[in-house]
Amino acid sequence: MIVDILSWISIGIGAAFILVGGLGLIRMPDVFTRVHAASVADTAGAGFILLGFMFQAGLSLTTLKLVLIFVFLVFTAPTASHALARAALLGGLVPWSRKPRDPAP
Amino acid sequence: MRHALSLFVGLYGLWLVLSGHYTPFLLAMGAACTVFAVAVALRMDVVDHEGHPMHLVGYRIPLYWGWLTIQIVLSALQVGRIVLSPRLRIDPVLETVPASQKSDLGRVIYANSITLTPGTLSTSVTADGIEVHALTRQGMDELKQGGMDRRVTQVEGES
Repeated sequence: MIVDILSWISIGIGAAFILVGGLGLIRMPDVFTRVHAASVADTAGAGFILLGFMFQAGLSLTTLKLVLIFVFLVFTAPTASHALARAALLGGLVPWSRKPRDPAP
Repeated sequence: MRHALSLFVGLYGLWLVLSGHYTPFLLAMGAACTVFAVAVALRMDVVDHEGHPMHLVGYRIPLYWGWLTIQIVLSALQVGRIVLSPRLRIDPVLETVPASQKSDLGRVIYANSITLTPGTLSTSVTADGIEVHALTRQGMDELKQGGMDRRVTQVEGES
């Protein structure tokens, strides 16, 4: 019963983080700032949801597999974000900035 | 050789966790597959301190992961607050932060940790440091104070 409550709280928090990430994805002005918003969803969001699943699974092989999913996610997500941002920079995209930039020479 | 052996143990452990069926035939099949995978890795010449960093296994890495998890949740809350505020209070900056790690592996750990933390994103790893895109000026300043840099260098240790 307590485990169920903990599990639902955790899944709720994760869902909230993913909602915020999705909202940020729409509101942010350019690729780089959008990656920042997306990273909220794929680290904190996915992490809390997996934690909620672990409460449901209890001490079993399934929990170990959920841990593995989290580990793989944590290693691959930043690699993908980094590749995306680097490709955008190499492609000549100038990051959006608060101050108005000097006109190109 | 030590690396190959430890890779075998790691991979077979992974196979056992993912399989869940423990009949002698399947266990033997798993062992055979693992030996094959290690052989392929050896032939590719990727079984070394970088491809299989067994020297990092110790008490420091779990401590660092725990600290990093707290940082991720804290900065996720910060970015969440920015996203939800009516006037999107962002001030993105792109700057290079110094990295004190000696090995390539240490730098990769640092760059990955930066990207993993919402609000900061590593875009390039160069000789003088790591080029970082931060969502706010404040986030960049926090990173430049070097708390994470110091911790990663500790984890990296002597190697």
